[in-house]
Amino acid sequence: MMPDDEPILSARGLSLSFGAVRALDEVSVDLWPGEVLAIVGESGSGKSTLLRALAGEMRPDAGRVAYRDASGQDLDVHSMGEPALRRLARTEWGFVRQDARDGLRMGVSAGGNVGERLMAVGARHYGDIRAEAARWLERVEINPDRIDDRPGQFSGGMRQRLQIARTLVTRPRLVFMDEPTGGLDVSVQARLLDLIRGLVSDLGIAVALVTHDIAAARLLAHRLVVMRHGRVVEEGLTDRVLDDPRHPYTQLLVSSVLAA
Amino acid sequence: MTEWVLKAEGLSKGFTLHLQGGVCIPVLRDAGLVVKAGECVALSGPSGAGKSTLMRLLQGNYGADSGAILVRQADGGVADLATASPRAINALRRETIGHVSQFLRVIPRVPALEVVAAPLIARGMPREEALARAQALLRRLNLPDRLHGLPPATFSGGEQQRVNLARGFVADFPLMLLDEPTASLDAANREVVIALIAEAKARGAALVGIFHDLEVRERVADRVVEVAPLREAA
Repeated sequence: MMPDDEPILSARGLSLSFGAVRALDEVSVDLWPGEVLAIVGESGSGKSTLLRALAGEMRPDAGRVAYRDASGQDLDVHSMGEPALRRLARTEWGFVRQDARDGLRMGVSAGGNVGERLMAVGARHYGDIRAEAARWLERVEINPDRIDDRPGQFSGGMRQRLQIARTLVTRPRLVFMDEPTGGLDVSVQARLLDLIRGLVSDLGIAVALVTHDIAAARLLAHRLVVMRHGRVVEEGLTDRVLDDPRHPYTQLLVSSVLAA
Repeated sequence: MTEWVLKAEGLSKGFTLHLQGGVCIPVLRDAGLVVKAGECVALSGPSGAGKSTLMRLLQGNYGADSGAILVRQADGGVADLATASPRAINALRRETIGHVSQFLRVIPRVPALEVVAAPLIARGMPREEALARAQALLRRLNLPDRLHGLPPATFSGGEQQRVNLARGFVADFPLMLLDEPTASLDAANREVVIALIAEAKARGAALVGIFHDLEVRERVADRVVEVAPLREAA
């Protein structure tokens, strides 16, 4: 059997309550290598909670998340322990936050932000690290002349591109993205989405993407999961879910979008 | 006897509109179609009869309520698109089912040449070779070289359609679905499309098309299959 025939990440029966609120209600999802899975739904649907549970940042009351690592071993994300999880987050995983300030170190230069991730996976030669950081700045369309500037001097769109460079520089196998274009101007969003689309397909990364932007999901995702009230109400091939939605909520979601 | 490439049978499709009080609109009932290698079948029927719905089912864009859509892949294996998983459908679209729609879904900032080469690159062809093939086909469709490096968002309808056609014909798909492929083309480019269809047939592809241009249909279609509107029944 080819390794690509097995999911890289597999969640079964995830439930999580905050008091009386069921944030996750028996959610199961799979993600395959090289696949972009979009998780859509309105605010409060549980989509960001799901992402954090998948990434081990939030422990579910019930259910299991299994990650198949680079050596082919199945790991239980919620029982591997903090050090192992941190090592994974540093090496095989990446996380792109909605607010770049949560994903960047604001007191460190742009080059330092990218180089730091490289050093975390063992890079030691200063010149090589700096050269690789400069290459990545260019790749995300930031002038390498800005390598010594701090992210605080960047615009919102640039900061988000820097966060993407910092995340992808180590070529992770799996990247979580939480509303990566949220809060940006529409013109900046298009550029960022196209950048993400190109990088993800060039590098063959698996991505779990949370977004409320249906057009972004159509552009980026191979598959779509629609969430409401902590449950998956519909899932499938992206264009089929959007063009032939079955569930009343999906129909409402799709009909509320202008020309998705 | 030539083998079929597409065999659809017992296809039914309706839409339940939950936002309109759950009204059900049946569009196809027990529809079927067999297309052999080297054959081009034209769908005909009045507007609203379900031709486009059938095409979307064959592409996997709509899900069938019942029935089977058997597709023979290049390696001889048969997949049922009606029950295939999303990943299997993505694989079928990459390797087996080519599609030319009326409208190009434009991706911001991606140049025409890349749009056309994408299906080849997805199949693993080296980038340079894929771009060279894409360029040759765009030239054949008379799209000026100066446009190849630009995103098609600002192109005219006819230019966008030629990009779309090139993207559909650039890879040798065993099954090709053509939805009004000549709708906004001038006479010269219509001839190019007719030649591309003839070449696809000659290499053994099966084609299904909706052609409102009767002259084009006459010249490319081996058979015409009528899609009849459903009567108010049940």
